Amino acid sequence: MSATAVHSLWTMAGGVTSAAPAEKFKAPVIEYAQLTPVLIVIGVAVVGVLVEAFVPRRARYYTQVFLTVVALAAAFAAVIGLAAGGYGTTKAHIAAMGAIAIDGPTLFLQGTILLTSLVAVFTFAERRLDPAAHGNHVDSFAAQAASVPGSDSEKAAVRAGFTTTEVFPLVLFSVAGMLVFPAANDLLTLFVALEVFSLPLYLLCAVARRKRLMSQEAAVKYFLLGAFSSAFLLFGIALLYGYAGSVSYATIANVVDGSVTRIDPALADTMGNDALLLIGGAMILTGLLFKVGAVPFHMWTPDVYQGAPTPVTGFMAAATKVAAFGALLRLLYVVLPGLAWDWRPVMWAVAIVTMLGGAIVAITQTDIKRLLAYSSIAHAGFILAGVIATTPDGISSVLFYLGAYSFVTVGAFAVVTLVRDAGGEATHLSKWAGLGRRSPLVAAVFAVFLLAFAGIPLTSGFSGKFAVFKAAADGGAGGLVVVGVISSAIAAFFYIRVIVLMFFSEPKADGPTVAVPSPLTMTTIGVGVAVTLVLGLAPQYFLDLASQAGVFVR
Amino acid sequence: MNPVNYLYLAALLFTIGAAGVLIRRNAIVVFMCVELMLNACNLAFVTFSRMHGNLDGQIIAFFTMVVAAAEVVVGLAIIVSVFRSRHSASVDDASLMKL
Repeated sequence: MSATAVHSLWTMAGGVTSAAPAEKFKAPVIEYAQLTPVLIVIGVAVVGVLVEAFVPRRARYYTQVFLTVVALAAAFAAVIGLAAGGYGTTKAHIAAMGAIAIDGPTLFLQGTILLTSLVAVFTFAERRLDPAAHGNHVDSFAAQAASVPGSDSEKAAVRAGFTTTEVFPLVLFSVAGMLVFPAANDLLTLFVALEVFSLPLYLLCAVARRKRLMSQEAAVKYFLLGAFSSAFLLFGIALLYGYAGSVSYATIANVVDGSVTRIDPALADTMGNDALLLIGGAMILTGLLFKVGAVPFHMWTPDVYQGAPTPVTGFMAAATKVAAFGALLRLLYVVLPGLAWDWRPVMWAVAIVTMLGGAIVAITQTDIKRLLAYSSIAHAGFILAGVIATTPDGISSVLFYLGAYSFVTVGAFAVVTLVRDAGGEATHLSKWAGLGRRSPLVAAVFAVFLLAFAGIPLTSGFSGKFAVFKAAADGGAGGLVVVGVISSAIAAFFYIRVIVLMFFSEPKADGPTVAVPSPLTMTTIGVGVAVTLVLGLAPQYFLDLASQAGVFVR
Repeated sequence: MNPVNYLYLAALLFTIGAAGVLIRRNAIVVFMCVELMLNACNLAFVTFSRMHGNLDGQIIAFFTMVVAAAEVVVGLAIIVSVFRSRHSASVDDASLMKL
């Protein structure tokens, strides 16, 4: 296309009759039925905003909890319905004019995200852990997030019994973004979904009831670094768009592996330009690895995990990781398989430093939330080992690992909310000494989660790690497996150290108390333990499910 | 004029923004540098759109603007609340959680 021909695209409109362009316009076809999980969650989130505006303050909490739980359950039912209808396997296809892929990984990850969010929302709704303030039950969130910590307006808000019920619509918006993120089939949808799930999370980090300065600090850090990384992602998208002339995954993939026979003369400059592809791909990977929390881009993880309200940390640690790995898998397996020779060595290096870095730095931690944060970094490395396999087994093992890991994480952070002293949650490890003597049940449950993190047999962590490492070894990444096993051993040290601390040291006189939670948190922890044990003892059904689901549609 | 020049400009703006994020210490200025990076992306999108003769890039530029606006809403809310409680928006002061 010559320069004048290109230019005429913008200037022709005045010259042609008005009827001609109207004929060319085709209304988009949107498969609403297959988008129901997302639509339900978004719709109820909007209703939740209206509830904040119109429902009396006293009834808001119950209304919001009810709406949120119903929305997540209904969306999960919709995912099951789609999977039963064969959209995960035989009827997998690309919906919404190429924007969304409805296939096995999409449905599996959406189901995982919805279930983990559902149990995480129970910890959001928990109101029995903190002592009642002025006769009002309080949850983990600030009475009024806008009031300055320690000010009169904050005290007035606490006295009036305000609660930040906005967290429930915010969670729903975030979940909606997470549902779209692994399903995105063009780069624009990917970017918008990333922002839709990130922006509510930044806010959620800032609204803790206790330790508010830390919570706000965590939010600022998360926000600035998150915005920085999404700018990288966006510039990467711009470069890939320049390279391929489209943001659709399939088109880019075709240009990458050279199966486009006819190169548009106008694109000759850009399509042949591997610099655009390599730099663009690297920048998009940077953005995604930031969300995943892989090592060169992990700086935000410990601070944000420590500062955010613990229920939010649990939700974020579990669901964000699932969504981000879903998107990463789809990008690497659908868009850039033609570039595998280039990205595999880079991802090797990232996986190795992530596994070792996370496990080694975790040893020195003295705060339980920071410890779990570094452990989540190490786990990101293990999952990356499965991603690198570039085999169908690689996909399904990563899916299985994400499902197993997310429930353990939500459960572990739910246990952290229970151990409290006068200042709120007692997160310093020294306070956990002797917890097993005082409250054997809580300590035992936490020990189960730690063993699952460590990958001890009979827990879901072992099945997940085994699947991922097996896939990596079969995929020719044997060296990675060796590093993975070594860093698992390092990681096991500090998990076991916490268990020893809880069970084999004397409780301190001024130690923390264990709050008795309502059935809400009990459900969360119960589901966490149940999934951990079931996936550890009888993983076969779920492994089969993951391997059925492990095929991307193109 | 050769549209590639606009790409160089976009890359330059993006680099200036990224350097600003890393160097500047005031959260508001850091945030403005992020916005500069997003606008550099927009310039790149529009330029590529012109080069390829399709409209995708221009549409994406609109989406980027909306996302940037949403980010401003969330970001300023967080930064202002931090400023009100600490009387400082310096990112160096945010060190409660350092080891």
